[in-house]
Amino acid sequence: MDLISQLCQYLFAGLTLGSIYALVALGFSMIYGATGIINLAQGEFVMLGGLIMVFSSTVLHLPLFLAFIFTVIVVTLLGALFERLAIHPLKNASLITLIMITLAGSILFRGGAMFIWGKDPYGLPAFSGDRPWYLWGATIQPQIFWVLGITGGAVLGIGLFFSRTLTGKAMIACACNPLAARLLGINVWKLVLLSFALSAALGAIAGIIITPITLMEYDRGPMLALKGFSAAVLGGLGSSMGAVVAGFLIGLIESLGAGLISSGYKDALALLVLLIVLWLKPSGILGSAEESALKKF
Amino acid sequence: MAKKDFYPLLIIIAGLVLFPLLIRGNEYFITILVFWGINAIIAMGLCLLMGYAGQISLGHAAFFGLGAYSSGILTAKYALSPIWGIIWGITLAGGIAYLVGKPTLRLKGHYMAVATLGIGEIFYIIFNELIPLTGGPSGLSGIPLLTIGGESLEGLKFFYLVWIVLLLLLIFSLNLINSRIGRAWRAIHGSELGALTLGIDVARYKLQIFVLSAIYAALAGSLYAHFVTFISPSSFSLMFSILLLMMVVIGGAETLWGALLGAGVLTLLPEYLRGLEDFEVLAYGAILMVVLLFMPRGILFAIKKMLWRSKE
Amino acid sequence: MAEIILEVQNLRKFFGGLRAIDQLNFVVARGKIKSIIGPNGAGKTTLFNLLTGIIPPTAGTVQFAGKILNGLKPHAIARLGIGRTFQNLELFGNMTVLENVMVGRHLRTKAGIFSAALRLPQMRQEEKAAKRQALAELHFIGLADKANFLATALPLGEQRLLEIARALATAPQLLLLDEPAAGLNMRETAKLAETIFRIRERGITVLLVEHDMSLVMEVSDEILVLNYGRKVAEGPPREIQRHPEVIAAYLGEEA
Repeated sequence: MDLISQLCQYLFAGLTLGSIYALVALGFSMIYGATGIINLAQGEFVMLGGLIMVFSSTVLHLPLFLAFIFTVIVVTLLGALFERLAIHPLKNASLITLIMITLAGSILFRGGAMFIWGKDPYGLPAFSGDRPWYLWGATIQPQIFWVLGITGGAVLGIGLFFSRTLTGKAMIACACNPLAARLLGINVWKLVLLSFALSAALGAIAGIIITPITLMEYDRGPMLALKGFSAAVLGGLGSSMGAVVAGFLIGLIESLGAGLISSGYKDALALLVLLIVLWLKPSGILGSAEESALKKF
Repeated sequence: MAKKDFYPLLIIIAGLVLFPLLIRGNEYFITILVFWGINAIIAMGLCLLMGYAGQISLGHAAFFGLGAYSSGILTAKYALSPIWGIIWGITLAGGIAYLVGKPTLRLKGHYMAVATLGIGEIFYIIFNELIPLTGGPSGLSGIPLLTIGGESLEGLKFFYLVWIVLLLLLIFSLNLINSRIGRAWRAIHGSELGALTLGIDVARYKLQIFVLSAIYAALAGSLYAHFVTFISPSSFSLMFSILLLMMVVIGGAETLWGALLGAGVLTLLPEYLRGLEDFEVLAYGAILMVVLLFMPRGILFAIKKMLWRSKE
Repeated sequence: MAEIILEVQNLRKFFGGLRAIDQLNFVVARGKIKSIIGPNGAGKTTLFNLLTGIIPPTAGTVQFAGKILNGLKPHAIARLGIGRTFQNLELFGNMTVLENVMVGRHLRTKAGIFSAALRLPQMRQEEKAAKRQALAELHFIGLADKANFLATALPLGEQRLLEIARALATAPQLLLLDEPAAGLNMRETAKLAETIFRIRERGITVLLVEHDMSLVMEVSDEILVLNYGRKVAEGPPREIQRHPEVIAAYLGEEA
């Protein structure tokens, strides 16, 4: 394969990965915006999305569309449950405790998944068949277009939610100034619950669409969370658009790095980006330094 | 150390002296106690960092690994005396902690947590990828035992080595806590702004305790390498960093005794959970969650509270 | 002519378009009590943050006992001899009253990690001295009987006194008090005034930011009035009381 087709290959791989990171990053951003905490269990929603989808197709024998909806609902409920049982009771706890509780949640979900599904990776059939397409010399699985399309749809949906619905706008108000929001009669706790539910849903969608390509196993969560968080920070924590853009950016960096430099260290690449951003400009590329200095975390 | 620390210390020393009488030749139990000691050394450093100075590290397994691999590589691959492995391990871990600590400790709360998580993961990847040096996923074997005066230290003798090192570090740490240094850490934890206006160079003190905790971890790593004689990256993964964190939080981050207790609980627990293989991770998650929700100041504090209550 | 201990020249602090401090010039004479008053938002706490190095000035200089403070970090400025309390209290809630004040002795002691870990004799001497000096400050401020209380267990008035004792423990030449009377009742405020006088007797210069006019009028040798970051008036209390611009700035505000 000549360089052009190679690059094309990496480009599509990068966009695919990027979609997942974008969705995870968006989830991080939403929860951070509503609560000021980083949900370290974010990656587990993706993992659960993939594995529960496997369950609903192969065990419940649901058709693709129904299985999709079913899975998203289940994971959303898990996310909401997590918020009610573990986050809400600790709303006044110290920072370290809050970090640890989301860590505990992540371990719990991982342990539960390991208990139910074991350590093996599971696959899903691609949504519209396996026959690869050939574009500019690169071999592209059709599933990739599902990934990009559904991600686009999800991002658009969230965008519309924030800009067009009252609840969505309330969430943004809450992110900027929880006290003022509360004084205006906005029920902050309900919004916190909603942010967890939506993040779980986004994570689930990410897991469902990526499993046909990369398979899914019980401990995929942490690395996805780290990279998704990289993207969220790179784009400026709290900025949804930034999170999405940065997600794709990190996906591309990783893909090009894996292809052109070394595949063993590809994870380290995304992590390096994370560290560099945190060390040099924690407010991210699209965030403002003054704004983040005023934020709590 | 303060007067109140004297009695627990005495109990530990008494335990060490009486121990060989109680556990005659039970190699299994000796091994568990060695691991408890090794974990406790790391937990102590982490407790100073988190409980006293109020910082966080989700990547301490990296420093543990740096100590283990330094000792392992220099003794197994280059046949140097173990003392060089220990010195290099401490220096390397301390140096890296200094370099990454400077920018990382400036970060606030969550950012620091994730940065340290990232650092830990990067080193895990390096341990796996630097195959010519570390042996990669297949691990590094042939690490020699430590010898003192011709005697190989294993089993009961190694147990004593670890716990004597632990005891010495414990005394050092207790002394530090009850000095202006310890007060400076706690001041930083209480109010960084207040500490600054009292002339405390907050950045420097944070870095100092971070490097110190890395050195504790590296020392434990060297001991670990010379005990198990075979190391692989899986021992230095994120899960171990989280386990270390759990030791401090579950035992009680406020005091070194809490960390010691937590190290014991979380060394013993895997042994019981080993039988329920698939259940293991789930159990960890459940335990951590229960403790955080119902005993946020740790088990030691919860026990103390129960004892106070029953006195009334 | 009294010795000048603090000199502020052409000080400016702009936050984007907001001129928090604008062309401020004043001096503080050693051994005097000077108060800074002004309506809310006049820039008083910003001024303190500038003097203690917490934020850098946009322009201008601050000189303390002949040394230029520009560019120095807060802990270095503390070492030079400026102590400070906070409007919102920055006590160490995780430590006892005595321990809080002992931290104040930190910059006057030297023991390092090795000395402390090994409990060398020099370190032990320092510890004893630090404890003694901290208790002396607690006696001075009247909190010695609560030495082992958790700092947060004290009522607000005593917490403010504790913060003062802690700052005094650093052996400062200049003490900055940021609204120490905020939230205090009349009895506590009277005790505060008395304490400020006793601090002056020790030779420590006091620079005070306050809203409580009765306290300000009672303790000050000189008053500086700030509004919109600029000096509106400066002089002894009697003058300031009658100053037309000062009255205008406070129009509608209760003293």
